Amino acid sequence: MKLKLGISFVTAAGIALMSSVAQSAPDDNSLVIAWGSTGPIEHVDNYVNTNRTGIWFSRMVWDQLIYREPKTFEYKPLLAKSWKALSDTVWRFELRQGVKFHNGEAFDADDVVYTLNWVSNPKNGVKVQRNVNWIKEARKVGPFTVDVEMKRPFPQAFEFLSGPITIYPNEYYAKVGPDGMHKAPVGTGPMKVVSIKTAEEYVFEKNKGYTWGSPKGEAQVDKMIVREIADVQTQIAELLAGGIDITADISADHVTQIGGVPGFTALQAGTMRTGYIGFDAAGRGNHEPVTKLKVRQAMAHAIDRKSLVKNLIRGDAGVIHTPCFPTQFGCDVSAAVKYEFDQGKAKKLLAEAGYPNGFDIDFYTFRPADWAESVMGDLAKVGIKAKLTKMPYFALRDKQRKEGTTPMFLMDWGSYSMNDMSAITSHFFKKGPDDFALDDDVAKWLEAGDTNSDASVRKANYAKAIKKITGQVYWLPMFNHVRNYGYRKELKFIPYQDEIPRFWQYGWK
Amino acid sequence: MLAYTLKRIVVAFLILLVVSGLTFSLSHLSADPALTIAGEQASDEDIEAVRKLYGFDRPVIEQYVNWLSRALQGDFGKSYHYKAPVVEMISGRIGTTMTLGFLAIVFALVISIPLGTLAAMRPNSIIDRFALLIAVFGQALPTFWFALMMIILFGVWFRWLPISGNTTWAHFVMPTIALGYYATPALMRLTRAGMIEVLSSDYIRTAKAKGLSPVSVLFKHALRNAIIPVVALAAVWFGFMLGGSIVIETIFNLKGIGWLSYDALLRSDLPVVQAIVLIFASFYVILTLLSDLLNAYLDPRISVR
Repeated sequence: MKLKLGISFVTAAGIALMSSVAQSAPDDNSLVIAWGSTGPIEHVDNYVNTNRTGIWFSRMVWDQLIYREPKTFEYKPLLAKSWKALSDTVWRFELRQGVKFHNGEAFDADDVVYTLNWVSNPKNGVKVQRNVNWIKEARKVGPFTVDVEMKRPFPQAFEFLSGPITIYPNEYYAKVGPDGMHKAPVGTGPMKVVSIKTAEEYVFEKNKGYTWGSPKGEAQVDKMIVREIADVQTQIAELLAGGIDITADISADHVTQIGGVPGFTALQAGTMRTGYIGFDAAGRGNHEPVTKLKVRQAMAHAIDRKSLVKNLIRGDAGVIHTPCFPTQFGCDVSAAVKYEFDQGKAKKLLAEAGYPNGFDIDFYTFRPADWAESVMGDLAKVGIKAKLTKMPYFALRDKQRKEGTTPMFLMDWGSYSMNDMSAITSHFFKKGPDDFALDDDVAKWLEAGDTNSDASVRKANYAKAIKKITGQVYWLPMFNHVRNYGYRKELKFIPYQDEIPRFWQYGWK
Repeated sequence: MLAYTLKRIVVAFLILLVVSGLTFSLSHLSADPALTIAGEQASDEDIEAVRKLYGFDRPVIEQYVNWLSRALQGDFGKSYHYKAPVVEMISGRIGTTMTLGFLAIVFALVISIPLGTLAAMRPNSIIDRFALLIAVFGQALPTFWFALMMIILFGVWFRWLPISGNTTWAHFVMPTIALGYYATPALMRLTRAGMIEVLSSDYIRTAKAKGLSPVSVLFKHALRNAIIPVVALAAVWFGFMLGGSIVIETIFNLKGIGWLSYDALLRSDLPVVQAIVLIFASFYVILTLLSDLLNAYLDPRISVR
């Protein structure tokens, strides 16, 4: 804490020292970006990397069959120009002609068939199997026509085909494999890789052949350097000193400070990352009070989420009532049971549950302590004494999954940027190791929603799950997170809810 | 002497064994490595697949013995995250850390020896007080704070020096000062204490009585003797700087071993953590062993005891 205070003081002092440092856009139309407080990309091959940070790289260098419009979440043609369902489990894609990979290799059906069959073969060791294990086979029908067969009806397929599944050049990848792709990545995307220094620096140049009408648009700058700088304070110093043009790792306090410096803009943009308080309703850790519905309802009424959002999260974050993000498919806000802030009602419910004087509870989080402390302050007013334990993310997940001894926890989930509620709700409520409700009905409804290709059937089942999860307060959905950005005023910058940075769209005014 | 040497070598080997065992077991206790390798996006099946692939489902003792037998042959395995051989990762980054450590210790010696000497020549004078002030600041200022203050002044405000990276010599100026300053107080105080003791000794009085010039007395007779423990301490500090530059490397974005160990710890990249700990522990143990043997050679009474 002292270290953080010291660092914040130093940052504030540095920013206060700044006078007007207005700079013009660089003459060579280049852009320098700092990224990486969450850790460097371990391996730039999209199918080997497991770090979320790698998303920005894959979207720059490679393309998918389908493009998901980042504001409306609408599917548009990308490498596939059209598609149609042949059956519940087979889709036919007509591919775009005239597209070339960065090495000059022409894009055609062979690339799609090779990529999909290679990644879906478990022997090839794709790290995140859930991205690819629904594919049964890809078949070449013509030079620019491909059929993709799924193992079962898989309604989320387009989320994967427009997201983590990028198309590789078959001849090149067959020759160089994952390590070769790591050293010299080749794709069809809007930026070409010039050089890579793992965990340090990535240099790109504009793909001048990206003129075939991609909905992603052409790159706005001719040259781009993305620097991995782990320390946020260093990123801010580099921004103020002109060493970088944008950073996205800053805190809400930095937004206020940087926003006040002439020549710079800072903003907080909402994301689909959904924060929630989870309760051990199933009693995995034997904490009796939270197994009682009235206790969980009391806690839901006792916590002032609006105030927390307004004072600590800020930006365009908002209170969320669903165990999913409202834009996600199936996330029916009207199905959710909502809990208004009413501490009188909370006390009454606690008394009815047999805890008129409250109780003690262990409270876990990996997020900033002040968020949790705000919750603890509200709970204390109704007699619930929460003891906070702050742990690193993976250590906390490990404790939850293995021991289950976390009666109450403030966590969040980014849904892998998928706009489908199966990416969040189904992950946590289908009786896996992250499930603290263990509700048979909810698991059954979610499974039905996950596996049916009829949209109305999916929605109906998901609505039932939302109603029960919120009615039983298995989770108290809290708020959507914001991402904080600081950048030079002359930069054209567009943030998106799905937390995926699209660097090639950034340019100078 | 031979028995003593063999005994010290056995002790050094046992220390390394204990260090490696402790590192291995503590690393495995901190978090499930399968979960961290699989990443946030992983499903339960992905995590299980990773666990089997890397052998985390086997008993920890078996995993340790396998690792140790390979490590003894110089094979520290591959990084779970970067998928690169650990030896290559360390050898690719050790240059940055060695450069920083060397420059920092040189900086510390360049500051501390003259100041310590001057302070000893004029005890309780203004120079001595100034040296004391430097020492107190060096000990009291948190390294990260001092580093950030320099960044604000010389990087952001004056823009004289680059803030992060390691591509030019200028990138090492601020990290060298930040890291070296931390070692300065101890070296300066030792120099001062040693010089005060030596300057009041009989042979210095004799040298002066023989009519030698003050410069000759100071440099040829006094400093040469007083500096021996300082050099010994500097060697220890050099070792400390190699292993303890995590904060400085992170703040200045110098991707050396310190940064690598920090990154590996955050990600439970066990092969990297284990290799770094073992290599640096070996470094310390070997230095200590050499020091013990040298002392025993110089003073045979030590080996007899």
